[in-house]
Amino acid sequence: MWPYAIRRVLGAVPTLFIIIALTFFMMHIAPGGPFDAQRHLPPEIEHNVRAAYNLDKPVWEQFAIYLGNLLHGDLGPSYKNHDFTVTQLIEVGLPVSARLGLSAIILAVVLGISLGTVAALHQNKATDYGVMGLAMIGITIPTFVTAPVLALVFGIYGLHFFGFDFFLPAGGWNGGAFANMILPVTVLALPQIAIISRLVRGSMVEVLRSNYVRTARAKGLPNHIVIFRHALRAALLPVVSYLGPAIAGLLTGSLIVETIFGIPGIGRYFVEGAINRDYTLVMGVVICYAAFVIVLNLVADILYALLDPRVRFA
Amino acid sequence: MAEPILQIRDFNVLFDTHDSEVHAVKNLNFDIGEGECVGIVGESGSGKSQLFLGALGLLTSNGRATGSVKYRGRELLGLPERSLNKVRGSKITMIFQDPLTALTPHMTIGAQMMEALRTHQHVPRAEAEKRCLEILDLVRIPEARNRMGQYPHELSGGMRQRVMIAMATVCGPDLLIADEPTTALDVTVQAQILEIMRDLKKELKTAIVLISHDMGVIAGMADKVQVMRLGEVVEGGSTDEVFYAPKHDYTKALLDAMPRIDRPMRKGHAILQPLSTIGAEKRLLDVEDLKVYFPIKTGGFPVSKVKPLRAVDGVSFSLRQGETLGIVGESGCGKSTLARAVMKLIEKTDGAVVWSGRDLSDLHGPDVRKLRKEFQIVFQDPLASLDPRMTIGESIAEPLVTLRPELTRTQVQDEVRAMMKRVGLEPGWINRYPHEFSGGQNQRVGIARAMIVKPKLIVCDEAVSALDVSIQSQIVDLILNLQSEFGMSMIFISHDLSVVRQVAHRVMVLYLGRIVELADRNSIYEDPRHPYTRALIAAVPVPDPKAERGKQHVTLASELPSPLDSRAQLSFLKSRMIDNPDAEQYRPKLVEVATGHYVAEHDPA
Repeated sequence: MWPYAIRRVLGAVPTLFIIIALTFFMMHIAPGGPFDAQRHLPPEIEHNVRAAYNLDKPVWEQFAIYLGNLLHGDLGPSYKNHDFTVTQLIEVGLPVSARLGLSAIILAVVLGISLGTVAALHQNKATDYGVMGLAMIGITIPTFVTAPVLALVFGIYGLHFFGFDFFLPAGGWNGGAFANMILPVTVLALPQIAIISRLVRGSMVEVLRSNYVRTARAKGLPNHIVIFRHALRAALLPVVSYLGPAIAGLLTGSLIVETIFGIPGIGRYFVEGAINRDYTLVMGVVICYAAFVIVLNLVADILYALLDPRVRFA
Repeated sequence: MAEPILQIRDFNVLFDTHDSEVHAVKNLNFDIGEGECVGIVGESGSGKSQLFLGALGLLTSNGRATGSVKYRGRELLGLPERSLNKVRGSKITMIFQDPLTALTPHMTIGAQMMEALRTHQHVPRAEAEKRCLEILDLVRIPEARNRMGQYPHELSGGMRQRVMIAMATVCGPDLLIADEPTTALDVTVQAQILEIMRDLKKELKTAIVLISHDMGVIAGMADKVQVMRLGEVVEGGSTDEVFYAPKHDYTKALLDAMPRIDRPMRKGHAILQPLSTIGAEKRLLDVEDLKVYFPIKTGGFPVSKVKPLRAVDGVSFSLRQGETLGIVGESGCGKSTLARAVMKLIEKTDGAVVWSGRDLSDLHGPDVRKLRKEFQIVFQDPLASLDPRMTIGESIAEPLVTLRPELTRTQVQDEVRAMMKRVGLEPGWINRYPHEFSGGQNQRVGIARAMIVKPKLIVCDEAVSALDVSIQSQIVDLILNLQSEFGMSMIFISHDLSVVRQVAHRVMVLYLGRIVELADRNSIYEDPRHPYTRALIAAVPVPDPKAERGKQHVTLASELPSPLDSRAQLSFLKSRMIDNPDAEQYRPKLVEVATGHYVAEHDPA
């Protein structure tokens, strides 16, 4: 396994390089620059500012300088958030986004697998149609609808049960307090629960029809052993493949959820950075995201092989 | 008479489908006695498998069983799952066809065996392990302790089926239901598995239900036989009665249709024309020292080695016009690779293929395509080898459109209709799709597609292997009739030695990419010289109970060695073997022992 993992990580270096190069040049091709939106500066000051950030040099040279700094782990200063380096911005924002994302994915995996299994065991019965119907709704309603609706219902109006008033914070991070996490995590998790439960149901239905499940039943094993020991492990394989990229997406934050709930994560950097032509910030979050995707896909592949002994590391 | 183990009365299996209710098993009544072996014979769709799945509550959710199934006087139908599980898997166990998919891929052999034992008999782990080892020994699995830690995909097909048998035997059942236990296996492996089952019956007094489409397998094993057709038992009785005095027409037809290795023809069916009446003496095809190697990567990062897999390793033969050459051998012997290399469907590594005096090595691109007018191939799986999105008319017409572009649309249509009629398909079906047809009909389409350009050579690659006996017999008839009409040469590849005896003038036996014996069919079947040929022929069961019972069961002791091991080809010439898996080894030469009868060098028995 280790040689395989090392080979995969080494193989990711060219991939990362291509991603960095593409992002870098695409950003520079886009019209405008980081300081164009500011009020007009005298030419000599603007010249000095551009020189300070190496923007007066040819693009190729800028790229070489950027790569050189990157090798030292230096992502450069942010052009827009003055007095912050990109590394600092990510260091502050990433843990927040990652904590939200991780909570959401754990919730989604647990609920998604359970619901999918239950649906598969009651295939074409009311339970199945109910779960799958809800899942369909979960997939089709976008987060920019669920987020404000939930914030409104639980945060603004509140719920009133048995004479108790039940409120959740409608926004803010509050240092990551549990109450503040409930709504954003729910919003992030809902579509994932839906997708995972549909995946699990599909593969579970197939596995339950397989010859080896029939063999297990013919052996007179109790139902729970047939399902958990013989069927579920094989049924989880598609989920594992899906989770690699899905987790990378969730950990690096969501613009919508972070904006609506006012959470200081890195999700909004993608869009803000791109609009402001904050070259270094965009590069930083892209590299961060790409690294997550690569590592998590590797983890997914290794997990896949552990679940299915027929898969060899090749 | 003693109380039967299993008593089946008025038993029915029904399935709800979208259109209607399918009655898969109809009003069955029979008993299975203590220590008895009952054979259930039938073709696909006869309900023979659904019968016991229904009896043990294993039907899919749209199926239901009615009537009565009593195990030692106790009704099984309608029992709650929990009570049924006390019998199922413990007193009555099952073995399924295709042990690769029937074993859980992510659990070790040991875990799968022990869970059965521990669920039913609550024995401690150490005790369970000991019992499993004993049973694995009983089914003759070498290195049983290591096998317990292996996963199903790490074992060969024969070993997996032994594991299935061991798993089904470990709780000491009264009744073992074996559903096509040897169907996907090579004949020599089949013989070993049947031998193991025979021993179980003798030593443990286990009653066995043997479900099979193969009358030969049933003949050698069963005490009683039930013949099923379309959900009904058409005939039942002792094995001798059913085989020697069949009463029902279906049983008779089935027995006649069955190709027998001990006879060159089937009763009442087409026969192979002698070469003198169909062909000239002209040699059409010469294959010289043909080699096809595939590079196989062994070992992983950082050091990997590439070893050649010698799929075909120096094969020479010739084929005359109108002649049929049968190629037989077990899976992995290179028979399909050989044929595909001859047809230039895959690249050869070395050697020469000379077609009508022309060396095909120099042909490229368009020339190869022109060659297809003279070579055609019929594949094994008729449905999978036809494009599901093309009508059968389009499929049949395609070679004609490509290879004879001068024909007009109507001419092509006329040719297709004529050929459809010739192969026994209604010309009016021209616009239908493959999924609308049965396997036999689709194979007729495959044959029509191959025959439409009137090729000089047809390769039949396991062309009848996936078909039911009666359909197989019809397709064999069709092939033989087409040959006597059109006089084409054929290479007929099959793992089934009995079928090859019916269709081939000469027979080549392949073992790991090399010829071990090549002779005309009567010499091969009546006077086999090579120990491997002998073992192969002896392993084929004959639908004749007395002959089968009297048979000395000589089986090859060992498994087929890995083709990556250079010693493998010398299994029958150990005296010349260099004991190093990577060494360059001696290649056994072919010796002409009688006119036209070639046998590879081998150690005397």
